[in-house]
Amino acid sequence: MTGNSQISIPKSPLERSEPLKYKESDLKREEMIINLGPQHPSTHGVLRLEVVTDGEIVVDVIPHMGYLHRCFEKHAESLAFNQTIPYTDRMDYVAAMNNEWAFVMGVERMLGIDKDIPKRVEYIRVLVSELNRIASHFIAIGTYGMDIGAFTPFLWMMRDREHILRMLEWASGARMLYNYIWVGGLFYDLPVGFEERSKQFVDYLKPKLKDSEDLLINNKIFIERTANIGVLPSDLAINYGINGPMLRASGLKFDLRRVDGYSVYPEIDFDIPVGTGKMGTIGDCWDRNWVRYREIWESIKIIEQCVEKLLGKHKRDRAFDPRAMVPKKIRPKAQDYYVRAENPKGELGFFFRTDGRSDQPLRCKARSPSLSNLSVLAEISKGCMLADLFSILGSMDLNMGEVDR
Amino acid sequence: MSFEELKQLIQESFSEAIVAEDELATPKALLVSKDSLHEVCDFLYTNDKTYFDSLSCMTAIDNGVEKSTVEIAYNLYSIPFDIHLMIKVELDRDNPSVVSVSDIWRTADWHEREAFDLVGIHFNNHPDLRRILLPDDWEGHPLRRDYVEQERYHDVKVKY
Repeated sequence: MTGNSQISIPKSPLERSEPLKYKESDLKREEMIINLGPQHPSTHGVLRLEVVTDGEIVVDVIPHMGYLHRCFEKHAESLAFNQTIPYTDRMDYVAAMNNEWAFVMGVERMLGIDKDIPKRVEYIRVLVSELNRIASHFIAIGTYGMDIGAFTPFLWMMRDREHILRMLEWASGARMLYNYIWVGGLFYDLPVGFEERSKQFVDYLKPKLKDSEDLLINNKIFIERTANIGVLPSDLAINYGINGPMLRASGLKFDLRRVDGYSVYPEIDFDIPVGTGKMGTIGDCWDRNWVRYREIWESIKIIEQCVEKLLGKHKRDRAFDPRAMVPKKIRPKAQDYYVRAENPKGELGFFFRTDGRSDQPLRCKARSPSLSNLSVLAEISKGCMLADLFSILGSMDLNMGEVDR
Repeated sequence: MSFEELKQLIQESFSEAIVAEDELATPKALLVSKDSLHEVCDFLYTNDKTYFDSLSCMTAIDNGVEKSTVEIAYNLYSIPFDIHLMIKVELDRDNPSVVSVSDIWRTADWHEREAFDLVGIHFNNHPDLRRILLPDDWEGHPLRRDYVEQERYHDVKVKY
């Protein structure tokens, strides 16, 4: 440019609202900035990545988010607790049951009614949440396969996920955003025949799951794209606040369903799969997907036990009212409360501050697992190839609705 | 380790750090003074009896114009010992600033950026304190009690 450098060029709206962190003067010779997203199919939502590259090597990654920010926390401050449940559905919209359960559990514990919830209600909650966990893991693994070039598993998983969504629609009336779990109970009892249908579905799923496992994660191309890529050591993962399948893939046996033992999980028999580095190093992208596959098998085990209980000891009966414990007025005592639960993506936490006078919280903060999972991206992708960046990003199983809230 | 033992442990090392305690909170909370926050956190992280290796959540709360304070609640969790603790710190509302703990727990990095963005708390020694969820040229901090939306943003009407 031959013009006078003193003239200031007016900034574009993007430069004003979402400026790059790196300036031209920060870059070394041969380095350049590549902007990825927010509308990029590999970023799983509206995530914008500012990638500094040296040829094909990634030097630094800066995630820019907030494109899906709805200020959940501000909404929650002006709504009653039971009115906030649909908003929590919209955080991690592929695992809405798990979200609303964590929120409801916090409110119930603040009210002190969590011990009085009927067992049948708790088993139904576990059943629908585990179904939803499988659906969420299907999205994670299926879209991940598509990111790195395997298209068929995605279609297979969407087909099987559709069964789950239809079942949950049968129970709650909505495909994805359910508002099914209420404070103190449920919207309705399960529809007649749901338990048997769950059993049928699980029997149908087992061979299909085996097939897709062989097709995807035991495939040589998949292994070469994922093994030894994006290795996350467990100490780094803990320091970044990462939980869920990502932490377990790094070799730590830590699952809040077991550690906190909330609801009826202590009565249910299931294992916690951990990454073993079977194809490469412990905590690489392959391990993360393998752990998700193992978790689907564990969820199937949980569902089978729930169905057995729901047809046996806690079976349907005419006098059972899932809304019997639903409080007329939700007014917890003045306190600070932090509740956490195991979501498909990690630890979902809610921090409440209540004043004891109203049915609205003074402050409600959502600690989302995806936000913590995303924050480690820059750390583990430095020095990798640009093509591997998507391998790493996809294996984190991000959900931007939850990152931005 | 129980809450009482934890409190005693902190009091032995930092005699004036604990300002108040909150037994009603879950997990039980200690209000520490602003100046000793980083020392206490570092102590809890490195001490081999507590080893609070993860920061579960960090919440910034605006207490409103009348009280004129801003609070931050740190939810600590120790994976090896399975103990919880909430550490709270109270700041002046007009110009809130506190030292960052992101060098101890990297989780705090983005949570502090969020607190800066939505409540307007300044964290000293933070490596990269930028807005995280809202655009850089947004005015005000939405989770403040007296927040009023701006009239127009990039010539678009904000209020709907």
